[in-house]
Amino acid sequence: MIKRKDKIIRPKMEVEIAGIKLRNPIMPASGTFGYGEEFAPYLDLNSLGAIVTKGLSLNAKAGNRTPRICETVSGMLNAIGLQNVGVDVFIKHKMPFLEQFDTPVIVNFFGNTQDEYAEVAARLDGVPGVAALEMNISCPNVKHGGIVFGTDPKAIHEVVSQVRKKTSKPLIVKLTPNVTDIQVTARAAEEAGADALSLINTLTGMAVDVKTRKPRLANTIGGLSGPAIRPVAVRLVHQVVQAVSVPVIGMGGITRAVDALEFLIVGAKAVQVGTANFVDPTAMSTILDELEEFCLTEGIEDINDIIGSLVV
Amino acid sequence: MKNLKTVVLSNQEISPGYYRMRILAPDYTRLAKAGQFIMFRVQRSLLPLLRRPFGIFRTGFMPADCETMPPKEFIEIIYKVVGGGTEIMRELHHGDSVEILGPLGNGFEFGEPGEEKVLVGGGIGLVPLYMLAEKLVEESRVRLYMGGRTRDDIITVTEFERLGVRTHVSTEDGSVGDTGLVTVGLEKKLQEGGKMTVYACGPMPMIEAVEKICRRYGVPLQVSLEALMACGVGACLGCVVKGAGHSDSTPSYLCTCKVGPVFDAKKLDWGNSPEQSVGNCGGCQ
Repeated sequence: MIKRKDKIIRPKMEVEIAGIKLRNPIMPASGTFGYGEEFAPYLDLNSLGAIVTKGLSLNAKAGNRTPRICETVSGMLNAIGLQNVGVDVFIKHKMPFLEQFDTPVIVNFFGNTQDEYAEVAARLDGVPGVAALEMNISCPNVKHGGIVFGTDPKAIHEVVSQVRKKTSKPLIVKLTPNVTDIQVTARAAEEAGADALSLINTLTGMAVDVKTRKPRLANTIGGLSGPAIRPVAVRLVHQVVQAVSVPVIGMGGITRAVDALEFLIVGAKAVQVGTANFVDPTAMSTILDELEEFCLTEGIEDINDIIGSLVV
Repeated sequence: MKNLKTVVLSNQEISPGYYRMRILAPDYTRLAKAGQFIMFRVQRSLLPLLRRPFGIFRTGFMPADCETMPPKEFIEIIYKVVGGGTEIMRELHHGDSVEILGPLGNGFEFGEPGEEKVLVGGGIGLVPLYMLAEKLVEESRVRLYMGGRTRDDIITVTEFERLGVRTHVSTEDGSVGDTGLVTVGLEKKLQEGGKMTVYACGPMPMIEAVEKICRRYGVPLQVSLEALMACGVGACLGCVVKGAGHSDSTPSYLCTCKVGPVFDAKKLDWGNSPEQSVGNCGGCQ
């Protein structure tokens, strides 16, 4: 413990990403925190670094057939299908709840076409209380044979550039890990005007019920999340930090402060907690307590001293 | 609704493959409503990672360890050992640490006092009906139709009888009670007529059959559904069921954890056999 004049000095936890000041580097991952209100009974939303909403599209989206989730070893597969209320309903009915809190709101969004992405970004641009936009580019481009935007550097450049023109808010681009070279896609997003990058989105996966011989998800393929993916995520964050100069938000299987610290040490400025929110709605508050305790016992006065401190 | 770090008080096999676990749970006698559930976690383990939903069987008080202490408040859950998660649960003993999140979900509506209440339970689906029966017997005559594959699936029926519930047992193999499906007795009862409300919980084919019968006789029905769920608080959207009027162009998905687990049958889509894995609770994984 750091003691000065018999007073315990609490470690400084504030970080800054793309001009947004966060009181600490812990925030939820999109799609695991609803629109915030679901977790308010369990967690003080004012204790978080930021709130990240479920992904929004231009129109409401119903999502996939069930089963939509299944548990795998130390993780889970999901194919929810981006069910959401749509951007207009969000602005009208969900945003007022979030505005009560003194915590930056990062709104995640996606589209099926470049124009849809641009339109959603435009509608969010004028909304006070939205601190930043997080753009999910792991969606298929319906106008180009369903190829996922985020796997093609050219498509990333085009769609991010177009969104960039529509918003003055800080723009975070969320990268997919399902690529051969993430440094290439990360650079494409940075060059197109991303203010920050977040990663990783889920790894695509599949599980089979051996008795019925059916896929365990109605959608056959889903996204793998949870502790099982953490080493892959840490590696990818490490590689992206080397490749770009914009700040990086790391995520993938964080359930404890030690997990979050891995991402911070390889250079992430903040982290998102995802699947752990499902396991325990109070997970982020536990992680915050543990993180502060780690800093105290290790004699770290400012969390920024940990960021990018990897010893190689 | 809160996450409670607590301990197991007892955990016993009550029928081959079925266990009853008593968990220390302050405030639950006051908070828990009939039909609600908890998300159960074997503390701090990554295997299984996700919690499992379990209906609350009953709440109650038991004497403390010494006279000067207040009585202990508990809940009981009953589970069937079907896979990884429940195999770990089976090994838990008195004093083992667990976490429960709850009470969650909406619970049953009690209907009009005085009219007859008919409960239909299939196997482990009986669980949420016990607290309901405790409440209903105060003002109504209550009947229970309990079905299972074999006698092993017929659990806790005597406890319903002690409440004053008239019970009718049937098994598919005839090893106890009438031979055949639980719906046979139910249909006979509904043929007699009279004002009543039906409450059902069990495997999906049973619930669908009960719904058809109730619709035919114009009897109101509440069903308690099971579903795969990750969070239990309405965030993961994994546990949705189709609401009435659902179609591809006007989809309606309702969270079993938040809008349910108890639904007025009229509010659900029965048009085509629901594809959700209801009747396939988290414990089956």
